[in-house]
Amino acid sequence: MNASPIAAGSTVAKRRTPPIIGVLAVQGDFAEHLRMLEKLGAEGREVRLPADLDGVDGLILPGGESTAMRKLLDRWDLVKPIKALAKRGAPILGTCAGAILLATKIADGDEPVLSLLDVEVRRNAFGRQLESFETSLVMEGLGNNGRSRTIQVVFIRAPEIVRVGPSARAVATLEDGRIVAARQGRILGIAFHPEITGETGVHRWLVTEALAAAL
Amino acid sequence: MPAPKRAKTSTWATKSGLAQMLKGGVIMDVVNPAEAKIAQEAGAVAVMALERVPFDIRRDGGVARMSDPDMIKGIQAAVSIPVMAKARIGHEIEARILEALDVDYIDESEVLTPADDRYHLNKHGFKVPFLCGCKNLGEALRRINEGAAMMRTKGEAGTGNIVEAVRHIRTVTEEIAALNGQSEKRLRAAAKEMRVPYELVKLTVKAGRLPVVNFVAGGIATPADAALSMWLGADGVFVGSGIFKAENPAKTAAAIVQATTHWKNAAILAEVSAGLGEAMKGIEMRTIPESERLSNRGW
Repeated sequence: MNASPIAAGSTVAKRRTPPIIGVLAVQGDFAEHLRMLEKLGAEGREVRLPADLDGVDGLILPGGESTAMRKLLDRWDLVKPIKALAKRGAPILGTCAGAILLATKIADGDEPVLSLLDVEVRRNAFGRQLESFETSLVMEGLGNNGRSRTIQVVFIRAPEIVRVGPSARAVATLEDGRIVAARQGRILGIAFHPEITGETGVHRWLVTEALAAAL
Repeated sequence: MPAPKRAKTSTWATKSGLAQMLKGGVIMDVVNPAEAKIAQEAGAVAVMALERVPFDIRRDGGVARMSDPDMIKGIQAAVSIPVMAKARIGHEIEARILEALDVDYIDESEVLTPADDRYHLNKHGFKVPFLCGCKNLGEALRRINEGAAMMRTKGEAGTGNIVEAVRHIRTVTEEIAALNGQSEKRLRAAAKEMRVPYELVKLTVKAGRLPVVNFVAGGIATPADAALSMWLGADGVFVGSGIFKAENPAKTAAAIVQATTHWKNAAILAEVSAGLGEAMKGIEMRTIPESERLSNRGW
């Protein structure tokens, strides 16, 4: 469908086309993520079946209900190809439910799904819907040259990262010290929703990493 | 541990945002914790906790009210997905009780017997988000103007007959399309006729859709019905009686979840529709007099 993103025959490979970012579209707010990618000039692609992952340079696991998303991942054998994508070095961003899918451990819950991010998450850690909230927070690696930047985000029945393993590092915490974002190489899990507030920094990070990974 | 002290809770972004997370999913009616677990296991994105499914409400007659708080708490304890519950139209106190129970959404629902024949709730006055039913654009925008953060087209609950659901989602879509490209004068006239602010009409026309998430409800009984709803532009589906009145609820529920995700893929729809056993026995609309149609409640 798409030509190779890397110009053939050049020693310093230059991309002629924008990166293709898959957005898991089995359930959740995938349309909001696709809109963010469009804003940034990247090509978004809905992913429902393994074949949809062919040729993507990066992947977003959106917000939604992690138990429902897990059923749909399992039913159509999406776990293996997503893990293979990570192994190839493609960046993966998981927001809220997506971060739960990435984690190596789910507190008081079922088995991990993708086990790509060395963290333990707790579902609905802040409580039910009445404890959903809006806030600003400082996140590492979003500013120029990887500096920190303050972003406005929404937490909806959000998970919390209760433990960060040795392979990952916390990149955002709330004012009370609770960890809400962690990164391991090109895998980033965040408990909140930049796509709801239209905050582009996190998606810009993903697109930049996708370009770097493809080179 | 609750939200951090300085964070803002119950904002429009959090209220309407939860509905965004439910998109592409199936919300199932359940009457006890065991059914809630079956729904979650099948891949439901939320459950609606109620005492009787609409099919039984229709059969039993009488006044249908908010559910027993113990039943709602039992269901909240049984599952990790959001739990919604229904309050009667205009019943401020049932809604306050549900808010105190920390439900994730209140459905101000025509499936229950209305408590007020003049006023729907002022939903802006609550911390908990609301969803409401609609048959047309005017009804949808009036509810959104009152503070509803999510909509569902009504259909005719408890019938297992999709025809009213189709009529209602088509009506909303066609009425929005008819406003497209109209002059400000025309839009102001439409706003006046629908009894909503011009700004809300303008926002809807600009978006080309309802300004909140809109699910289809009322009469979905098969995976194909769910896929049809998505094809008609639904953001997701509610299935009430269609699951636990079917011969094989767990299998039917899982198949409807798959169909809602893969609604564009006929080969997958064929696969998941196979071998489900008997769907709920439906009701032909002609046999339900206008006065007994739940969708005529609310205005």
